[in-house]
Amino acid sequence: MEWYLPLIWAALIGTAVFMYVLLDGFDLGIGILFPSTRSESERDQMTRTIAPYWDGNETWLILGGAGLFVAFPRAYAVIMPALYLPVIVMLLALVFRGVAFEFRHVSYSKTGWNFAFNVGSTLAAFAQGVILGGLIQGVAVRDGAFSGGSFDWATPFAFLCGLSLVGGYALLGATWLVLKTEGPVAHRARGQAKVLLLVVLALMAAVSLWTPLSNPRIAERWFSLPNFYFLWPVPLVTALTAYLAWRWLENGREAPPFLASMALFLLGFIGLVISNFPYLVPPSLTIWDTAAAPASQIFMLLGTLLLLPIVLGYVAFIYWLFRGKVREGESYH
Amino acid sequence: MDFDPVVLARLQFAFTIVFHIIFPSFTIGLSAYLATLGAMWLRTGNDRYQHLMHFWTRIFAVSFAMGVVSGIVLSYQFGTNWSRFSVVVGNVVGPLIGYEVLSAFFLEATFLGVLLFGFKRVPPWLYVLSAAIVAIGTAMSAFWILSANSWMQTPAGHQMSGGVAHSADWLAIVFNPSFPYRFAHMLNAAYLTTGFVVFAVGARYLLAGRHMDEGRTMLRMAIGLTAILAPLQLFLGDQHGLNTLHYQPIKVAAMEAHWDGSKPGDFHIFAWPDEVAGVNRFELSIPKAASLVLTHRMNGLFPGLSSVPASDRPPVKVVFFAFRIMLAIGFFMIAAALFGAFLWWRGTLFETRWYLRIMSHCWWIGFVAVISGWVVTESGRQPWLVQGILRTADATSPVPGATIAGTLALFVLAYGVVFWFGIYYINRLIALGPHKVTAEPGAFSPSPIAAAQDAGREAMQR
Ligand code: HDD
Ligand code: HEM
Ligand code: HEM
Repeated sequence: MEWYLPLIWAALIGTAVFMYVLLDGFDLGIGILFPSTRSESERDQMTRTIAPYWDGNETWLILGGAGLFVAFPRAYAVIMPALYLPVIVMLLALVFRGVAFEFRHVSYSKTGWNFAFNVGSTLAAFAQGVILGGLIQGVAVRDGAFSGGSFDWATPFAFLCGLSLVGGYALLGATWLVLKTEGPVAHRARGQAKVLLLVVLALMAAVSLWTPLSNPRIAERWFSLPNFYFLWPVPLVTALTAYLAWRWLENGREAPPFLASMALFLLGFIGLVISNFPYLVPPSLTIWDTAAAPASQIFMLLGTLLLLPIVLGYVAFIYWLFRGKVREGESYH
Repeated sequence: MDFDPVVLARLQFAFTIVFHIIFPSFTIGLSAYLATLGAMWLRTGNDRYQHLMHFWTRIFAVSFAMGVVSGIVLSYQFGTNWSRFSVVVGNVVGPLIGYEVLSAFFLEATFLGVLLFGFKRVPPWLYVLSAAIVAIGTAMSAFWILSANSWMQTPAGHQMSGGVAHSADWLAIVFNPSFPYRFAHMLNAAYLTTGFVVFAVGARYLLAGRHMDEGRTMLRMAIGLTAILAPLQLFLGDQHGLNTLHYQPIKVAAMEAHWDGSKPGDFHIFAWPDEVAGVNRFELSIPKAASLVLTHRMNGLFPGLSSVPASDRPPVKVVFFAFRIMLAIGFFMIAAALFGAFLWWRGTLFETRWYLRIMSHCWWIGFVAVISGWVVTESGRQPWLVQGILRTADATSPVPGATIAGTLALFVLAYGVVFWFGIYYINRLIALGPHKVTAEPGAFSPSPIAAAQDAGREAMQR
């Protein structure tokens, strides 16, 4: 009867996960780029651009996880055991990078915590890519429960996805620095962004080709006939966006490169949805197979529709409040 | 090697949550304290309050970060280690956790940015308001998570069909029978815990003869708070226990190590429960005192552990001793706070050094009481995960024991490092004191504790 509820919920969770990827993406990216400078005051400048936000950004990850738990408990119960190790690695990496953020300010020697911040950020990004890849390539399910082994996810494809996400987050981070800083940091970030743009394009292309090649279900989705007419613009728009991003980086623009990298993520995300809809746990469980009881989905939906706009409102307020450039050696105020 | 996945999953969960609960107990209370300091600053215009607020904000930042990262781990553990849990009760518990994220986490995490970095960007009233919002957010997340936990203790408002719980009445689910008691008791516990940390820090400064003004203010505020809340906690705990007796009588029997329900219960000050023979050894008891507390009659009867088969009993020793520890700390808190109030009234509070010396060592007692309380609650519910609905042993994920053991070892290692550094840094901030940490109030620095860092360098170079 309520066939549309799981659809709404899939859209909401998709949005939460996408918000997470964009927002925590740029602050994880800062961590990934951390070793590219030796100067402690430049590193301070880099962390200051994300200091007021990182905590709120990470909350989207909890919303994504909790949303899955609320709306699709049976998918949650399969995905988490199946991807147990990458999930735990991601969590531990986030632990280290989160506390490193606070600790590096109080310690006499920052070296250790700089290292934790860098490795934690990189590993978290990599693990998230592996989780994604592990899902795309499919999960063994019997009687509604995970039936595979602890290392089923560990394939070259999943590792490639991991690398892609590291590259993608670094790109977001670099373009964020272009937007939020000036001086040597901004200058270096502009150069890095160009390199990363090419790397990300190559990785995206590799993942996009590998996926249908190894997966007949997805190949069918893209290349069967009526579909192909609608879908071929996706890669084209991607190429166009990347070209524009390059131009903007060359021309010294500040905000557009960041927006363009976010658009690249959006396109990748759309591609994913096209490949996998309506499966939540490919290749066997759809969003309807795994949905929670309608009463539970409705109860939570009412609250979400009421609260999410408020949440978005004050998140926007915070971004507005701390707008503007962060300069080297300058305090926030 | 052979690993039992159930035992390991329990160990892992217990370890990660005990680690997590340490930080909420402190941040819930501390955020309320910050908001209070801010309000007093706005009202009186006295800079001392502003200094104190900035000082504790630095400490808050470090603790909050550890609370957030350890909490994120927990919300994923439901899936990784207890996936059957989400299948069976996800319909009911899921939305409670969902509401927590939406109504509380975003609120805290977002306004935390203003509290930590906004001092010079926003007008004072908005700055203080942000502190209040963070305090409300933390209390709200306690509301929802405790509602979820209480529902697992005393399920209500649901229907079972096909082995899966479905909601029937959301109000009855959220306000399930043990929830009001648990919420009140836990929130009060968090305020008490923080009260005793502030207490100890104030006493430490007075003893050292540094930061006398701030030290006196902290001491007075802490005594004012704890002298009311510590006795209140005894009352709330008692009411909580009576409620538990009604819904989870075997848990209470384990708390009291009461085996034979046909006789009135003694209160054991000490005993060594022998779970095989079903008796207590080395008893030191107040005759019939447990009956008096629980039934309000000398000869009142309440169920004993022997009334259920051994497989339905919780681990008696764990519950029994954890309960004693909480009680001991509870009574100590009452005595310490009331005696402090007495000294304050006599006007000798700041000169009674032996008392200050004791109090300066008491910063940790609230944390131990909170952890013991949770051990009572959670272990006392065993063998059930959701009372009467789902047994712990039936809730695990299809994950091999070796995998859980490996990740458990990683958690222990990682948390060990993080915890000791956290304690070390907080301790150092306290040692630096309010003046160093907020050396130039004008230049409230970008990173929560960067000023402390400079001050720290100075201190080291001397
Ligand atoms: C009585 C209060 C209380 C209890 C029993 C718990 N928590 Fe907690 N939790 C909080 C009170 C809190 C808090 C005060 O809101 C925290 C602590 C410090 C912080 O940063 O927020 C928090 C943080 C926190 C976070 C990070 C939120 C953020 O980004 O701000 C998550 C995901 C959880 N918790 C999840 C859990 C789960 C799954 C629990 C139980 C199994 C749990 N907490 C027990
Ligand atoms: C409000 C949130 C919760 C808190 C504060 C909490 C607290 C605790 C504590 C302190 C322990 C340690 C008990 C011991 O050492 O024996 C524990 C154990 C445990 N908890 Fe919870 N818990 C909460 C929610 C949950 C939830 C939602 C689950 C279900 C997945 C759960 C399942 C368990 C299990 C399986 C154990 C191990 C039991 C044992 O070893 O005796 N708890 N919990
Ligand atoms: C002094 C008298 C106290 C009494 C009579 C008392 C009583 C109780 C009882 C009966 C429970 C078990 C509830 C259940 O699950 O059935 C409990 C749990 C708990 N206690 Fe206490 N308590 C006292 C003091 C304290 C203090 C001083 C603290 C901390 C500062 C504390 C923190 C807790 C916590 C965190 C729990 C677990 C959560 C809950 O179930 O509320 N208690 N207490």
